[in-house]
Amino acid sequence: MPPVIEMRNITKTFPGVAANSNISITLEEGEIHALLGENGAGKTTLMGVLFGLHRPDSGSVYIRGEKRRIAGPPDAAALGIGMVHQHFKLVPAFTVTENIMLGTKRFLLNTKKAAADIAALSARHGLGVDPHAKIEAVSVGMQQRVEILKMLHRNADILIFDEPTAVLTPQETAELMKIMRSLISQGKSIIFITHKLHEIKAVADRCTVLRAGKVSGTVNVADTSAEQMAEMMVGRKVSLNVVKPPPREGQPVFAAQNITVWGARRETAVRQASFEVREGEILGLAGVDGNGQSELAEALAGLRKIHSGSLTLRGKDITRASVKKRMRQGLAHIPEDRGKRGLILDFSLADNLALALYDRPPFSRHGLRDFNQINLYAQKIISDFDVRAASGGQTSARAMSGGNRQKAVVGREMERKPAVLIAVQPTRGLDVGSIEYIHKRLLALREDGCAILLVSLDLDEILELSDRVAVISRGRIAGVLGAAEADKNTVGLMMAGAGKGAEVT
Amino acid sequence: MKRLRVPKPFIFAVAAVFSGFVAGALLMLIIGKNPIVGYAALFRGAVKNPAVSLSAVGQTLIMSAILCLSGLSLAFAGKVGLFNIGAAGQMLIGGFAASVAVYRLPTDCPKALTIAVILVVGAFGGAVWAGVAGVLKARFGINEVVATIMLNWVAFWTVDYFVRNYFPRDAYVKTTSRVLPDAMSLRLQWLEKIFDSRFVNFGLFVAVAMVVLTWFIMNKTVFGFELRAVGANRFAAEYAGIHAGTGTVCAMLIAGALAGLAGVTYYLGYVTSIQVGVLPSYGYDGIAVALVGQNSPGGVAAAALLFGVLRSGKDFMTIETGIMNELADCVIAIIIYFSAAIMLYEKLSAKLTKKRAAAPAAAETGGGKP
Amino acid sequence: MSAIDTFLYLSPMAIGVSMPILAASLGGLFSERSGVVNIGLEGQMLVGAFAASYVSVRLYPAIGAAAFWLSLPVAMAVALLFSALHAVACVSLNANHVISGTAINMLAAAFTVFFSRTVTGSGVIDVRGGIMRYTFPGLSNIPVLGKILFTDTYHTTWLILFLLLASWFMLYKTSFGLGLRSCGENPHAANAAGISVTKYRYVGVLLSGALSGLGGAVYALCFDKGFTGSIYGLGFLALASLIFGRWNPWGILGSTVFFGYASTVANVATVMPAFAKFPTVLLKVFPYVATLLVLVFFSRTSAAPKAAGEAFDKDKH
Repeated sequence: MPPVIEMRNITKTFPGVAANSNISITLEEGEIHALLGENGAGKTTLMGVLFGLHRPDSGSVYIRGEKRRIAGPPDAAALGIGMVHQHFKLVPAFTVTENIMLGTKRFLLNTKKAAADIAALSARHGLGVDPHAKIEAVSVGMQQRVEILKMLHRNADILIFDEPTAVLTPQETAELMKIMRSLISQGKSIIFITHKLHEIKAVADRCTVLRAGKVSGTVNVADTSAEQMAEMMVGRKVSLNVVKPPPREGQPVFAAQNITVWGARRETAVRQASFEVREGEILGLAGVDGNGQSELAEALAGLRKIHSGSLTLRGKDITRASVKKRMRQGLAHIPEDRGKRGLILDFSLADNLALALYDRPPFSRHGLRDFNQINLYAQKIISDFDVRAASGGQTSARAMSGGNRQKAVVGREMERKPAVLIAVQPTRGLDVGSIEYIHKRLLALREDGCAILLVSLDLDEILELSDRVAVISRGRIAGVLGAAEADKNTVGLMMAGAGKGAEVT
Repeated sequence: MKRLRVPKPFIFAVAAVFSGFVAGALLMLIIGKNPIVGYAALFRGAVKNPAVSLSAVGQTLIMSAILCLSGLSLAFAGKVGLFNIGAAGQMLIGGFAASVAVYRLPTDCPKALTIAVILVVGAFGGAVWAGVAGVLKARFGINEVVATIMLNWVAFWTVDYFVRNYFPRDAYVKTTSRVLPDAMSLRLQWLEKIFDSRFVNFGLFVAVAMVVLTWFIMNKTVFGFELRAVGANRFAAEYAGIHAGTGTVCAMLIAGALAGLAGVTYYLGYVTSIQVGVLPSYGYDGIAVALVGQNSPGGVAAAALLFGVLRSGKDFMTIETGIMNELADCVIAIIIYFSAAIMLYEKLSAKLTKKRAAAPAAAETGGGKP
Repeated sequence: MSAIDTFLYLSPMAIGVSMPILAASLGGLFSERSGVVNIGLEGQMLVGAFAASYVSVRLYPAIGAAAFWLSLPVAMAVALLFSALHAVACVSLNANHVISGTAINMLAAAFTVFFSRTVTGSGVIDVRGGIMRYTFPGLSNIPVLGKILFTDTYHTTWLILFLLLASWFMLYKTSFGLGLRSCGENPHAANAAGISVTKYRYVGVLLSGALSGLGGAVYALCFDKGFTGSIYGLGFLALASLIFGRWNPWGILGSTVFFGYASTVANVATVMPAFAKFPTVLLKVFPYVATLLVLVFFSRTSAAPKAAGEAFDKDKH
């Protein structure tokens, strides 16, 4: 029997970048085929070709043995190919049913019948989706199931999951794996895009690894170790374990007492959170996206009001202090979204590197800016932190790569020799080289005695770097664990809200 | 998110202006006139014969000054990421407030003080009006475009009501406010002598001063940096400890003050009374000025001169050639349209340079996430 | 006159005047629901008013009063073509919707006066007759309602009310409406569902052109008796109604009728002793202030389509 999908010798070049060069991949019927690669390795482009979003420069696509020209997503859908996107393609203001009906060819809507169909389909696959619920009112995990349901409703039998676990708890991830296996048993075939090796080990049959736009190999997952796959992905030996010296028993320098924070819709996003970060330690804050960690980090940095409770830095109360005042007291912050908060992309790198200090001597006097001083300071950070920028400090931040943008943010915050650093998802979306570099820098800062709060959605990153792990679930600190007791299972259960519950400091 | 990376903004601005004039030429052809003759008359009308009289030049300059101030209002707000479509209403309020205030002055008030009062009250009136939109934006997140549009019409009806009921020209003409004597306006006798025109007034110097001042604030001061940071990325500005709300309000106050100055230059200088039932078109033409001037003070000044010529020469064109003077307004509107549709030129230049198509976003490697 | 009598007395005028606003506001609804902010309603109305007046004057000598009715579809078509400028800029050329809308308003003001002056020399087109009021025999005798709905009405009122019903049905009961609304809420979701965001946004803007053109034409033929070079901010009133009505057909109906009464009261206040002392400015500014207040009160739960005003770029998410 021919494979359900065969992509043969696909090459796609964007100006200056060979996004895909000569890539071949096959998906057999009833298989879960993992597609592994770093950001920028070419996974997205390859899937774009499969969906007709990009026309390949050369190469062809065969579906069930027949050569096909796919000109756009409707063609792909007609061939039974469906994608569960990483960023859900759902309309928050619509109900589940309306979202699934979207794109229907029938002119008059029959919402009642559609809802009944969807309820039946959901029951058949054990998805437990309520067809009348509004998307904005259901959990992320449930939204993902709506996406799956959408594909099933359109009779897709080739399903592509694009980094589906990035937003899930370990338990939800396990559920998803179960759903994936059950889909296979009902005759579907799956391409599973991820960069989490243990998930591939857990669920995939075969794995194709991409590196820099080329296939570096297709392997049977059962016969290949995670280390081997990692090496194929990065192109060199990677140590999956970070070596770090033992923590010193420092004094607490940053302490939160019963902090409550409101979210954007005035809901209680963080409830009575208490913890402390000590000199020379990394406290990891683990949690599923949307459980209050963003709001907590913003509140700690002074970007969001602390509704009740208190916050102290080196014994001084900063609960109501402004952002500037906190910075002056030695607080630094690597924000969650470097493009949104961390950098002003239309400004020069130099202006960005002085962003925390622009209004102080020597960078300004009597309200007038001193451009010489700003440029000198920028030059120092650029060389100290190996920031690559085409025209030095005058480079527009927009013209820099993601890794270098993040190095700039990290450099700016670390250059100030902070007493406390709040690092929120410091390595999100970066390549392995940049990730290693930033991890190294964080550990060096820890050695210098800085108290670091590391907020990350990547549980592996938290467990690797942290001396202690605090877990946040539905806005509460579910518990704080020492490195020894913090294993994936325990933390995962606490993330899902089944935690120890007790107030721990 | 807005896409702001335009490779050659200056060229695009020139292209938009060029497109406007081409479209104007087409219009003239449609109505059976010769566009070369038409434009020649237009430009001649803006200077006439300067050796004999500077009156046309003066007229062009003072119109440019009003356009420049209203353009600066939009440009200043634009630098802070705000679209002050309410410059017209702010002009009206500034002009009305100053007209009322100047009547309260004693008749023997020195001219310098009169001018100072007019400028301060006019700027203040405009600032308050725009400040309302600033506060609504900062405090409640209300889009400044919607707020200033609504405030335009509130200004329109408010001034209409007060002029008709408390400040009419006389018992018969109620649609025009009381006419101010020259002594109570921004008009200066020595300027009148130089330019052989009563229209030319102190606002000319105000415009020049404001070009320099806004340039200095934006590019040299910490305050200007903070405002630009709020405009370029308010989240990053907040992260750096800059209060985006305060920045928004400050920007609107300044933009309103600039519009208010445009208002007094127009209502208490170029003319000396307020006609109700119409929002000053200078407020909307300021959009074109700011767009073509790329929001930079120098660019605004240059664009204001261009549009000043268009405005000042159009009546002469009508007399000479019979082409209706609304043609100039058409050209201005078309320039705004093409300034908005900048992508057109990007697509054109991509086609001209053929295969070098724009790089799709997908090619970005390891990039800053969506 | 008692309060009720005054109300009934004002009703035909108030309802009549609110209908052109309603038509334009419905146009704005289609445009904004598809994701294109349209502050060019004023200009589109003006073009409709101009086209209807011009066609009426031209055809009246030949076909009589039928000219007025024939001028309505022509006005809709001309305004639709005019709104295509906005659609091209916003949808195909990623223009800033507000700037393009401003250009639309200014273009309309300049073009229409330019052409009407070229045609008539004066910039004003007088339409003799226009659309006349009609009192339904029998129905107008129903107490209260008869006076409000069936006395001194225009047939165009029923046409526009029918369009309101049709708009509601199209937006909420058909796949077209679902698709259109999804383009305004989350174009990426629409695109993933195989919907052409570009096509729907074009349709949304063009419908806004046709409907506001109708509004302008109705105002010109019923009230202004021709083209006078201005539509007096009715397009902005329509925009206010759209916001005040929270982007919903029935809300828009309520707000336009409300604003219709306010402006009618303001207009007749000078001749009605009951209102003689009343500062009419309050009624004139009421719609705009009310709109801002509604925005303030609902600032946390905006009803605006989430993606309105944003360019759609397939390659980004």
